Amino acid sequence: MPRGQPPLSLPALIYEPKVRGIIFQVLLLAALVVAAWSLASNVAVNLQRQNIASGFGFLDRTAGFEISQQLIDFKPTDNYGRAFVVGLLNTLLVAGLGIVFATILGFTVGVARLSSNWIVSRLALAFVEVVRNMPPLLTLFLVYFAAIKTLPGPRQSIELPLSSFLNVRGLYMPKPQWLDGSSTIVVAFIAGIIASMLLARWARQRQVATGQQVPIFWPSLGLVLGLPLLAFMIAGQPVAFEYPALKGFNFSGGMVVQPEFIALLFGLTVYTAAFIAEIVRAGISGVPKGQKEAAAALGLSAGQSMRLVVLPQAMRIVIPPLTNQFLNLTKNSSLAVAIGYPDLVSVFAGTVLNNTNQAIECILITMGVYLVLSIVTSIGMNMFNARMALVER
Amino acid sequence: MDAGIRNRRIAITTAALLAVAAGPAMAQTKTLDTVKARGTLNCGVNTGLAGFSMPDDKGQWTGLDVDLCRAVAAAVFKDATKVKYVPLTAKERFTALQSGEVDMLSRNTTWTMSRDTSAGLSFVGVNYFDGQGFMVKKSLGLKSAKELDGATICVQTGTTTELNVTDFFRANKLNYKPVVFEKLDETVAAYNSGRCDAFTSDHSQLYSERLKSPKPDDNVVLPDVISKEPLGPAVRQGDSGWGNVVRWAHFAMVNAEELGVTSKTVDEMQASANPEIRRLLGKEGDFGKGMGLDNDWAYQIVKQVGNYGEAFDRNVGAGSRLNIARGQNALWTKGGLQYGMPIR
Ligand SMILES: N[C@@H](CCC(=O)N[C@@H](CS)C(=O)NCC(=O)O)C(=O)O
Repeated sequence: MPRGQPPLSLPALIYEPKVRGIIFQVLLLAALVVAAWSLASNVAVNLQRQNIASGFGFLDRTAGFEISQQLIDFKPTDNYGRAFVVGLLNTLLVAGLGIVFATILGFTVGVARLSSNWIVSRLALAFVEVVRNMPPLLTLFLVYFAAIKTLPGPRQSIELPLSSFLNVRGLYMPKPQWLDGSSTIVVAFIAGIIASMLLARWARQRQVATGQQVPIFWPSLGLVLGLPLLAFMIAGQPVAFEYPALKGFNFSGGMVVQPEFIALLFGLTVYTAAFIAEIVRAGISGVPKGQKEAAAALGLSAGQSMRLVVLPQAMRIVIPPLTNQFLNLTKNSSLAVAIGYPDLVSVFAGTVLNNTNQAIECILITMGVYLVLSIVTSIGMNMFNARMALVER
Repeated sequence: MDAGIRNRRIAITTAALLAVAAGPAMAQTKTLDTVKARGTLNCGVNTGLAGFSMPDDKGQWTGLDVDLCRAVAAAVFKDATKVKYVPLTAKERFTALQSGEVDMLSRNTTWTMSRDTSAGLSFVGVNYFDGQGFMVKKSLGLKSAKELDGATICVQTGTTTELNVTDFFRANKLNYKPVVFEKLDETVAAYNSGRCDAFTSDHSQLYSERLKSPKPDDNVVLPDVISKEPLGPAVRQGDSGWGNVVRWAHFAMVNAEELGVTSKTVDEMQASANPEIRRLLGKEGDFGKGMGLDNDWAYQIVKQVGNYGEAFDRNVGAGSRLNIARGQNALWTKGGLQYGMPIR
């Protein structure tokens, strides 16, 4: 209510836009609550009438099944709740890495699309057109079955450096065993990261103040890798390795990256990168040409002008549709069960649902998870977007 | 656009679930009346399992499970062809039945307690007694499933198979690694390309998949039977009238075999003096009426579909490529478990 006016009477209050807005919001909310409540109670009544088990009590019942990939320990004697977490972590792992790789690949291809080198730009175009026009499920089948049909069996494994082996069952690598004193290595690693961040900040301030550039890439790399190495030596090499060895049907020991995971990650990365590439190309094309010319006039190299002048401005066009692609990648990761990767949908909306017959609960929880993941991604990207927008002069 | 087939599927499943669960408490409609009014039976079958339910090269569905759908249609409509077959994967089947998309399931489905008591279904019979086993590459030279310690095993989700396999390894203190797929085709393809050491499923399905594989002779089905898999038809819980129709369609076929009534002899048998045959074929008593059908219900089944022995033989037994022995599925009079409750 604007200041200085006399207080309004009740009928007039209803015509006050702000008040009216609030009234409508409250009414809408009330309607939603009533609808949700009647839906829920109807579901409960009908489930009982049809004699379908309901409730969330099943979450702490014994699961009784194995999961092929587990980021936290999982045994058949653990409960469904823990199985849920294992599936969720598998989803987060593949979606998180997928987003990182798809972004890197997408930006590379997007920039290559605009390259003045004819072959490079045509190759990028071909990549985009082929990948973008294939259904993601088909891409996954193609990658997965191509992989497992060509890789040799465990007994004919391909030997790789560092005592690693590749076969149809996956990539087997030595597994580090963290012995006493190994925590210093982690501490040193974190210290290295912080130190290199401080270094970068100092270098930037110095450049702003004096115009002098300090090289930061190699010193940072030295800090991030060198400090842990130093700690490793000083602490008396507290890391041992467990090597994979052929035993019975298969390799045991060490760590293994399954073909399902590699195929899913690869398929999602490639598929999403094709879309990101187009977004990036559109973003770059949206930056006025004069910016590039001005950068050239200032004596920046082509690479510098792209990195320091064009891309930061293109980002403002790129981020909103990029967010969509991140969400798509996360949702597409639920195609996992088609190629045998134990993601959330496979483990929880699949095996657990099958065990418990509690379809409504399992599907609702699964949908809730995707909703939360999407909202979190969107919020993160909006914050990033706000930061990029501030760069405007 | 690329929200993914899966998300659409989840959406459909959810919609179906909500339709089941959130709809205003519907009056208990009688499935039999619905089916009669519609003029066709919607029967949920397998997507393609040789011997049980599979479309042939002319697109006609055939198989032991399909024959039960046909028997029910023959009893209700006097016409075994009035069936709409709805192919369902392991994961989809119960939702399809609960939501009313199909009137009955006849899809190599194991009768288990939790499915019978907490999934809104009622099992009404067993048309094939089966058990779970393993198929492995012959070159491994295995003799028993107990030698599978440390093996990688391909399984299809949504099945009892997926659950039993853990029990087996836990009970025998062995380790294994499951690779779980949604569809049968991918499960088998992964096994065939060496991703897994073994493929596990009901024995009947192992035989069927072995025949389909590129080199059947390279694969062997291990003799171990690790579970009881009584496969049978199911209907929605709470409609016992409809359950009766499906249950007795199956018993009619078994009783016809026991009484020596076949699709070829059923017409002359109508003149039989044997009271059991007379009751089966509706010459005496009002047995059809009691279910809301005509009294020639079982005559129509035997005439159009045949008795249980004929169906077994033609689809999975000696007269088929699968060539499975009657074994547990022989009549009780021949040492098997198939036993038709008396019609009287
Ligand atoms: N009898 C078991 C297994 C039935 C089953 O679905 N078997 C799989 C093979 S393991 C199948 O027939 N899949 C065909 C499909 O889903 O299309 C059960 O009722 O859970």
